[in-house]
Order: sequence, then C-alpha cells, then structure tokens
Amino acid sequence: METLTNNSTLRKTDLIFGREHDTLSLLKEALQREKDEIINELIESGLRGRGGAGFPTGLKWKFAKSAPGNEKYIVCNADEGEPGTFKDRIILEKAADKVFAGMALGGYVTGARHGIIYLRGEYSWMRNSLLLKIDDMNTAFKQLGLDFILEIRMGSGAYVCGEETALIESMEGKRGEPRNKPPFPVAKGFNNKPTIVNNVETLVYALLISHLGAAAFAAFGTEQSAGTKLFSVSGDTPQAGVYELELGMKLSDFVAEFGDGDTKAVQVGGASGFCVPRRKFDQTIIGFEGIPTGGSMMLFNSHRSMYHVLHNYLEFFVEESCGQCSPCRVGCQQLLLGIEAIKARKKPASYLKELIRIADTMRLASKCGLGQSVGNAFDSIVEEFKEEIIY
Amino acid sequence: MEEFALTKIVNHHGTEREKLMPILQEIVDKQSYLSDDDMVKVANALQLSAAEVYGTASFYSFLPTQKRGIYVIRVCKSIIARMKGSQEVLQAISDQLNLKPGETTADGLFSLEEVNDIGWSDHEPAMLINDKVYTDLTPEKATRIISKYLEQASQSKLSFNPTQN
Repeated sequence: METLTNNSTLRKTDLIFGREHDTLSLLKEALQREKDEIINELIESGLRGRGGAGFPTGLKWKFAKSAPGNEKYIVCNADEGEPGTFKDRIILEKAADKVFAGMALGGYVTGARHGIIYLRGEYSWMRNSLLLKIDDMNTAFKQLGLDFILEIRMGSGAYVCGEETALIESMEGKRGEPRNKPPFPVAKGFNNKPTIVNNVETLVYALLISHLGAAAFAAFGTEQSAGTKLFSVSGDTPQAGVYELELGMKLSDFVAEFGDGDTKAVQVGGASGFCVPRRKFDQTIIGFEGIPTGGSMMLFNSHRSMYHVLHNYLEFFVEESCGQCSPCRVGCQQLLLGIEAIKARKKPASYLKELIRIADTMRLASKCGLGQSVGNAFDSIVEEFKEEIIY
Repeated sequence: MEEFALTKIVNHHGTEREKLMPILQEIVDKQSYLSDDDMVKVANALQLSAAEVYGTASFYSFLPTQKRGIYVIRVCKSIIARMKGSQEVLQAISDQLNLKPGETTADGLFSLEEVNDIGWSDHEPAMLINDKVYTDLTPEKATRIISKYLEQASQSKLSFNPTQN
C-alpha cells in the first residue's frame, strides 16, 4: 500500500485509487452509524479541506448539522481552476462514485437532501458520463432508503467561482462575485439555506475515513497535516501526473522523486501559491505547518525564465479578478504593468519595493482569497529571483 | 434564436432565478452565443431586468454576448502550456484558418481563443473545441484535427452567410 524509499519523507499511498471498493457498501455501512459518531470520526481524523484552504471537514459538517432548517444543500466544488491542478479531473474520471457517495454521506450526517456538483465549464466533455453515473447513484440512494438526490450545475469559465461564495452566487444565476463573510455558507449559502461546500477530494476522504476510521487516516501525515493528499505534478518533470502522497514531506524529497535533475524552483499551490527556490527545498515542508496546497506542484528547471512565469500568473489574475473590490482589480493590473515597466527600463529596479507594497496591501484589503493570495506568488518570485525580474 | 426554440429551453429548466445559468448555457450550446434579443426574452421569461441577465452573462467567458463561430477553439495558455509549446500550436491553427486569437472566420465556422488553465497540465499543449478536448498537441496534430472539422463542415454544408449577421 505504501512505498518507502531510504530516508525520504516522500511516501506514495493509494487510498483513493488503489483499492477496488464497493462504494455503495461503504455508504451502506456508514449509514448504519450515528451521525455524531461520523462527525467525531472526521474531527479526530484531522481531515482538512483538500481544495487548499484547509478548513476542518468534521467541523464544517458539524456546523451544517446544527444549522436550523429542513432545507440544506451539500455542494461538491468541482471548479478546479488553479493553474497546474488536475487531480479532481482524475478523481471524477476514475472514482466519481466515491465522490457521490461522500456527498450522500454528508447529506445523511447534516440533513441535506440535495447534492449539487458544480462542474467547471472546461470539463463539460465529462458531463454526460457523469450524468449517467448520477442516475445510477440516485436510484441506489432510493434503494438504500436515503432521501437524497444529486444533480450537476455547470460553471462557465470563471476561476473565481472556485471560491465558495462566488460559486454559490453563480449557482443562483448571478455574477460570480464573492460575498462578505460572515455569514458563512454553512449558515446561509445557496438560496440562503445552510450549504456545505466541499472539494471533490475531501468528499472521497470523508467516505473513506468513515470506513477506515480516524486512526488509520491520521496514521499518515503529521499532527497539523493529517493524512494523505493528491498532488498534480507538472512542468519540467519526466512523470507529470496525479500522485497521492503523505502530507508533511520535505520539498527536497518531492523534487528528488519528480524533478528532472535540474529543478530550479517549484511553485507550490498554483498561481495563488508560493514559489520555492532550490536553496530552500530542504527546509520546506508541504503541509499546513509549512506550505499548504490544493495540490498543484509546478516544476521549473534552469532553462525557464521566472519573469515569464510571474508574468503569466499576473496575466491570469488580471483576467480572473472579478473586479468587485478595487485592491484586487487595480492591484493585479498595476503589478503586471509594474514588472513590464521595470523589464523595459521605464522604471528603476527600486520600483519593485513599491510593487511589493501593493501586493501586501492586496493581501490585507482584498475581499476574497483571489486578491489576498496574489502576493504569495508575487513576493516569493520577486524576492527569490530578483535578477530575472529586473534584467 | 427562434421564439419557439427559446421558449422550449426556458420551459425545460423553469423560471426561477437559479435556472438562469443553465438556460444561458443551453442557448450558447445551441447557437454559440447570446444575442441581445435572446437576453431580453430570457429576462422577460424569468421576470428579471435585461441588465441583470446581461450582467450575469458578461461575467462568464463561456457565455459570449458577441457572435462566435460554430466551433470555438480554445487553446490553453497557462505557463505549463507555454512551456510545452502552446504558442506554436496556436500559430499553426492561426495560419491554417487565417485567424487571429479573438477573431471569427468570415464564414462563421471557427472562433479562436486563448484561455486560462483547462485542467490538462499533465498533457499540454491542450485545447478545447466546443466541448471536446484534445491533448498532447503538436502543430501538426492540431492542424490535422482542424482539417477534420473543415471536412466535416463542408460535408454538412455548415456555414453562415456573413451578410445575414
């Protein structure tokens, strides 16, 4: 089930894809248990949201269960748009039944009778095959005596809709502009009803933990980063793909396994994540105690220009900022214009300091995670690869 | 879109506000974009203002409010796509169709776009043509794919009369 190489902290596991589970029997087994028992199991397991933000899943379900009202929703966030991530695509191709059963389990525990998969528009090619599976699942839920029904809603090409309140706005037929929080979706979400929004991967782990038990899951990973996680590995690597790895590994061990021998930097967590240069590989832990990630790992070797990398990320943010709040709308544009001006010698190198101040302001003043995290990539690339940005 | 076809779509989904996205998405599936007229009709059916419908549509890159081709080619431009040669692929398609990104061919068959990450960083360069995905592209492979679409279009005599639009 796991492979251990020398003293490496990197362990490949296969909880999600490895075993042929009879998914419905896992669900049936879970439905025999007390709801609070499942919530406690999830809390004890230490499972945190696998989309990147890392909110404790058991707590989210607990809040949703105690939220008043008969009408509740559980939403599977399949709007994976972070550059360099594709793990949810693989899960939905290979293990969609586990995702759906995880949603049904969440429905049983919290009292949600309606499950909605919000699938990004870029994945519309898989919609029909998912619909067929959903039909089978809905029939199976009935046979199990579970009052729960699944449906799919499609996104339409907006990255910010991966943010849970923007996603909810989009499902309500509105512009995908994030809401103020609180209230959080578990109190007031879709149509102002209590709504649990979980990442695709999180839902699968929730189902597996109800079967394996908290201890078996927490045996993997570290205290703060329990369990395993799927990583999307891309860029300058001979083995691009999705791998399930134990959390808490050293980045140096990751690079030893997946690098091409010439890895200069790894962007951990996509465009909204952090850039780690070679000299810091050894001291960087992948997990909530170090760099948390939704799983995007982009490797760059010494032939790559980090100016191009940063420029590409900033172009992305300029296009995907929803424009609702000015720190993000104006900030993204100014950062892009700023590095172009420095490159063109229209601004002195010292102007970078001004730009870092803008990024820091965005971190403090932006309304949602999009604007708040632009500074992650910006600061880390600018600080570690200053020469490449300037000259 | 004809009144009849549009009414059918609205009736199928229902007239609650939360049905707006599925309705707009289906119109785009059927005729590749949302005309002003369609948006006004949808607004009336859902008892929304035309501005609310346009406001929603204009937020989403996959809900175009300007005329587009029957086939919308979306080439990924993420950093990983660029590293793996997406610009050469884009150039090949651009040369083949004599079409720049953002444009639509005069016969109304193809639109070409560059889009953000489409979720295939393990198989870039990649592109979408409507709701089909093509991965591990080379300029040659992309050209062959486009040729098949051209062939298919000429066999079924798919084309718009540009003067009508």
